Amino acid sequence: MLAYLVRRLLYALPILIGVNVITFALFFVVNTPDDMARMQLGVKRVTPEAIDKWKAQRGYDKPLFINDAASGSAVFTDTIFFSKSARMFAGDFGRAEDGRDIAREITSRMGPSLAIALPTFVLGLLVTVSFALMLTFFRASYLDFWGVVLCVAMMSISGLFYIIGGQFLISKLWKLVPISGYGSGLDAWKFVILPVLIGVISGIGSSTRWYRTIFLEEISRDYVRTARAKGLSELVVLFRHVLRNAMIPILTGVVVVIPLLFMGSLLTESFFGIPGLGSYTIDAINAQDFAVVRAMVFIGSVLYIVGLILTDLSYTFVDPRIRFN
Amino acid sequence: MNAEPTLGENVAGSERATQSGQRLLEVANLRIAFASGRSLLAAVDGVDLRIAAGETLALLGESGCGKSATALGLLRLLPAAGRIPGGEVRFEGRDLLALPEAEMRGVRGGGMAMIFQEPATSLNPVLTVGHQLGEVLERHLGLRGTPARERSLELLTAVGIADAQRRLGEYPFQLSGGMKQRVMIAVALAGNPRLLIADEPTTALDVTIQAQILELLRRLQGEHAMGMLLITHDLGVVAQMATRVAVMYAGQIVEEAPREVFFSAARHPYTQKLFAALPDLARRGGRLDTIPGQVPPLSGMPSGCRFASRCEHAWERCRRQAPEWRQVAVGHRLRCHLDALPAAVTGTPAAGGSSAAPAADAALLSVDELRVHFPIRRGILQRTVGHVRAVDGVSLELARGRTLALVGESGCGKTTVGKAILQLIAASGGSVRLLGQELGGLARGARRPLRRRMQMIFQDPFASLNPRMSVGEIIGEGMSALRIDVQGQGRAAAIAAVLEQVGLEAAAAGRYPHEFSGGQRQRIAIARALAVQPDLVICDEPTSALDVSVQAQILNLLASLQADLGLAYLFITHNFAVVDHLAHEVAVMYLGRIVERGTVDEVLRSPQHPYTQALLSAVPSVRVDTPVEFIRLPGETPSPANPPLGCHFHPRCRQASAACRERYPATTSLSGTHTVRCHLHS
Amino acid sequence: MAFLPVILWSDVLIWLLFATAAIFGWLSVRNPLWRTAWQRVGRSRAGMASATVLVVFVGVGLLDSIHYRPRLEEAAASAASGTSRQPPAYAVEVLSVLDAILTPLRTRNEKTYSEPLATRAYAKESIESRGADGQLQQSRDYPRLKHGGAHLGTDETQRDADIGQRLLRALALATLLWWALAAATAAGLARAESCTHEEAWRRIWHNESDFAWNAVLATIGVLLLVVLPLAALSFNYHVFGTDKVGQDVFYQVLKSVRTALVIGLVTTLVTLPLAIFLGVLAGYFRGWVDDLIQYLYTTLSSIPGVLLIAAAVLMMQVLIDNHPQWFATAAERADLRLLALCFILGVTSWTGLCRLLRGETLKLRELEYIQAAQAFGVADLRIIGRHILPNLMHIVIIALVMDFSSLVLAEAVLSYVGIGVDPTMISFGTMINNARMELAREPMVWWSLAAAFVFMFTLVLAANLLADAVRDAFDPRIAGSA
Repeated sequence: MLAYLVRRLLYALPILIGVNVITFALFFVVNTPDDMARMQLGVKRVTPEAIDKWKAQRGYDKPLFINDAASGSAVFTDTIFFSKSARMFAGDFGRAEDGRDIAREITSRMGPSLAIALPTFVLGLLVTVSFALMLTFFRASYLDFWGVVLCVAMMSISGLFYIIGGQFLISKLWKLVPISGYGSGLDAWKFVILPVLIGVISGIGSSTRWYRTIFLEEISRDYVRTARAKGLSELVVLFRHVLRNAMIPILTGVVVVIPLLFMGSLLTESFFGIPGLGSYTIDAINAQDFAVVRAMVFIGSVLYIVGLILTDLSYTFVDPRIRFN
Repeated sequence: MNAEPTLGENVAGSERATQSGQRLLEVANLRIAFASGRSLLAAVDGVDLRIAAGETLALLGESGCGKSATALGLLRLLPAAGRIPGGEVRFEGRDLLALPEAEMRGVRGGGMAMIFQEPATSLNPVLTVGHQLGEVLERHLGLRGTPARERSLELLTAVGIADAQRRLGEYPFQLSGGMKQRVMIAVALAGNPRLLIADEPTTALDVTIQAQILELLRRLQGEHAMGMLLITHDLGVVAQMATRVAVMYAGQIVEEAPREVFFSAARHPYTQKLFAALPDLARRGGRLDTIPGQVPPLSGMPSGCRFASRCEHAWERCRRQAPEWRQVAVGHRLRCHLDALPAAVTGTPAAGGSSAAPAADAALLSVDELRVHFPIRRGILQRTVGHVRAVDGVSLELARGRTLALVGESGCGKTTVGKAILQLIAASGGSVRLLGQELGGLARGARRPLRRRMQMIFQDPFASLNPRMSVGEIIGEGMSALRIDVQGQGRAAAIAAVLEQVGLEAAAAGRYPHEFSGGQRQRIAIARALAVQPDLVICDEPTSALDVSVQAQILNLLASLQADLGLAYLFITHNFAVVDHLAHEVAVMYLGRIVERGTVDEVLRSPQHPYTQALLSAVPSVRVDTPVEFIRLPGETPSPANPPLGCHFHPRCRQASAACRERYPATTSLSGTHTVRCHLHS
Repeated sequence: MAFLPVILWSDVLIWLLFATAAIFGWLSVRNPLWRTAWQRVGRSRAGMASATVLVVFVGVGLLDSIHYRPRLEEAAASAASGTSRQPPAYAVEVLSVLDAILTPLRTRNEKTYSEPLATRAYAKESIESRGADGQLQQSRDYPRLKHGGAHLGTDETQRDADIGQRLLRALALATLLWWALAAATAAGLARAESCTHEEAWRRIWHNESDFAWNAVLATIGVLLLVVLPLAALSFNYHVFGTDKVGQDVFYQVLKSVRTALVIGLVTTLVTLPLAIFLGVLAGYFRGWVDDLIQYLYTTLSSIPGVLLIAAAVLMMQVLIDNHPQWFATAAERADLRLLALCFILGVTSWTGLCRLLRGETLKLRELEYIQAAQAFGVADLRIIGRHILPNLMHIVIIALVMDFSSLVLAEAVLSYVGIGVDPTMISFGTMINNARMELAREPMVWWSLAAAFVFMFTLVLAANLLADAVRDAFDPRIAGSA
């Protein structure tokens, strides 16, 4: 089993390098730094001097991969690839357009992101799995039928409308909580509660339906018939036998997103004015701050790969076939 | 008896008076249907059963006759679409169909327990054996903690699992197939049931394991004085296990008799046909009796006798009126309009017999020291740490017009031999020569002319035909791939001709595989192989997925094709009855090697290797009068990744000596054709 | 010529897709297995009801995919007089057939916001009017709309009566049309199954026909009851109001349909070839080919989708902004940007399907009919073409219909984030984005959002329901048990 995990870890390395190369190509090869400068400074009236200055300020004036002018290891290190891409492995993301250190900004913004994303994730999982179990228990009844219809209807509504509708109803019409903003410490609860609620509700449709499909697939298996033939009640069959086996496919989809919770949600954070990583990303996109976007892409991939490894790890807890092989 | 009996009411009534004290289960007029769209299709139509304590009733029937539905219906465990529109199920005096669900759960596992066909999927993969046993103990006996654990240990020991202590903490995937079925039996026994329903309990198992499990079931039944409802399609199993036999056909029981009467004087034409279709020594090489046509579909059951359309004795009344129960002897009753039929219908006597087959001339196929090893990769870098020796030095020779049967249990490597000969799997060593030409090192193009000389027929008629291609395209594929010229006639005519050869209409070419039954699909697969006019056909268990009556049709077809075209067959199978019927020579495989080889008479009549002897003794015989001594093989086949040192068979061999533990025995020739690899003969 | 045809790239692709679908449909009819699968879809009432709705949407989208530049009036006039022989001048504006049909909606712009069916604007303004004494008077009032309810003249109190009258007439027409259609269907069915009209009618409504005619007819009924009144009112009123710049919201919603369809369908043109080609290759040949392809899609899928799309779209913007000379008209630029978005969405979303197809190919290649083909020495490419691909098609079709709705939803989110379609292109996303700011106004401007919501919800719901029906019909596991 240890060998299995070590192998998964080793496999992550080439993937990270691949991600790094893809992002580098996207940001520096598709468009040259000159293009970016021209774009940032306004396409029409821009002097070559201004472009050079822009590039020099950001360190984009170096060669892409190999610096012939340099000597020693600097041939490779004094390049855009090394200083902008490879150094991300060391946690050095450079500075944003406003001059702030991206790494520090990220660490300070993780808190608010997590304060929204984590409760949304946990509550959402509990609610949707419970709903799916309920629909499975009452399968082939009217409750099940209308439950599925409701799920399909709910998943046909864009996430934007959930947020807009929720803000309108709860904050504007009923004035229960502030419409947006964020507070520090325990005061944050009244800013957190609405985004979490909306996040949970907007996920109900698709997740419930997905889990229901998994449960129904498990419930048609032979071992479930055996369990029933033992005289076990339907609830015991569902919780002791079906749920445990269904954990394997459920974990595949669930564990992988846990690390990504740090990234927050783009939509929620921007609508509710939460100073997290999601709104940071959106602001960067709107301001065309390439350094920040590049950093977020890299961090996102790292977190995703961590999620993949966690998924593999979680299998060993729920699936004895992996634990003992 | 001459009075028209009304559903055997008087019969059942008179018996009830004498036996109701021990009567465990009484099923009257049970009907089961499956909802399909807005209509109900009757799968079981008026079944009556009675089982007393300590008695085994065997419910015999071919696939789709409703026997499994009956069993599930008794426990009210039918799938969602299943309905029970009528009937009565009395278990220990209680009407099960009227019980509330909560009480019914007390009956399931407590009063009646069930064992299923597939031990591999019937146990929960993520719960330990102890957990799955403990569940029943807690539910029905209220046992928890230490007493439950002790009882679990007792149960596992009772079903013959060694090292029960350790097994309790293990998961199903850590157990072999036979062991899983033992655990299933232990789970079934845990609630001290009075009635055990066993649905094809050994169909998925090898013959030696089957013998172990059947023996176990017999012993446990005796010890606990349980009633047993044994559902099976295998007459051999019935002969070994049953006290009484009920034959099911198209949702109805058509004949019921005590075992001895059943095997000596079965009266229903369907039952007689079942016996006649069974390959047997007495008719070796001859044609087997077959049942023409197919079971009527659930949606179109005839109003008269359901077997009438396939019955050669049917007369006008059979088609008009459904026959009622008729008692012909004590405990022997049947649903048939025919008053007196000859007691047994024998098959056409052997025409030529196997000895008349053309003598072995120059070898068509010769395989020498064939080896197929699959690497096992482990560790961080996935290095090869060992090999699964699936085939480990197999040598064979096969002449034109002859049949060589390659026999062995699952995992012995027999299918791999077939695929390696066809070059579907790359061999790791040894040589395969067809018509004197080495196949191993040939390039793709150079192999093509030889490809048409050999073809394969697969086991599963549903997986071996592409569902998206028409029958004509399937058959034509080989012709075009191998660029076979069809002189004079067009391709369509050639396809029609080959279809006719396998007994299908030419119009079948335009249809798609899903429109055909299992037996017809196997005919199409044979036609596909024949279309390229091969000399050698490798048949990989071509009949093991088929019902007995259909198996007979396919065996007959293969025999007549051999006679007409001079084909050579390499017949891969685990079924000795088929071997006996069809083969000229036999090779027995164990863990990747051939342990005994010879003509059919030599190997089957005087087996010399202890493994062959054990295998043969484990085959359940249809004859009830001559019980053979069953050589019990301990344990199960070891893994080919890690075969035992010395003779691979020695850990399971009663006659093993010191030499057996040390080195693999060399080949000993007992006669010109009979060789064996065993230290007892060297 | 009175117009100059303009062929946008997305038009080509949309019509190409349409043709492909038609060819595929024709092939399906010939193959009995496909035919039975589609017949199962045809029996599904929810599926057929949503298909009917989708046909309407697709019709709107197709009409909006034939583009032209109208000839300018003055040029036409001078050409007719024959005085000058200058070449005809065409408008810079690119219009579609749908635009031509909706000319009244397109051209009758107000100054700014107005409520649905309103005759006056939404905000008070200073109005100068000449009083009875001839003096200029300034008053703050809701100004009269230029077009909304203009036919009423000064008699604005007649508005409700006028609307009611129009509604009644439209509803009556809808009912009449529906009855005619239903009767024609019954007659057709009666002919096809050679039974009486009454019998055919009974079969339709008792759900006994082999095709869910009842669902289709009911949906058409509902559509007629909705569409005809809308159409009747839209000529003289702004049924869904107007937005900030006074453009009719109904017109915007209809124009959004095409954008959604392009995003949902054209993207699959990128996804499918990549996923099918690489998935089958990996699954069939295994070994290093498999390792390489697996590495490729794991790497690509490990970059969170939105971020990868954001990065790619940003780069595309840079590219487009730096090369203004590539585009003749604004429409062309917006169109290419839309296609680029489709391309980016496709490149980032093929991995899931590829993984699925690889797994299925791995399973298929072990099947006995593949081995039988190999025993004949059939070439690998031929085995893939004849044995593997046809047995993967059901997965592809299911993925295609399932992806459609998620892509339509994604467009809205991406456009909101600012990495979606060109801001000048009308889409659900840009509509929501523009309308979002209006929510904060007091009193609230709600109609843009409501209209976008209703249309988008209908489209996505219909797509989801059809996807379910298709999946149930094509998935062998589900179809076998039913």
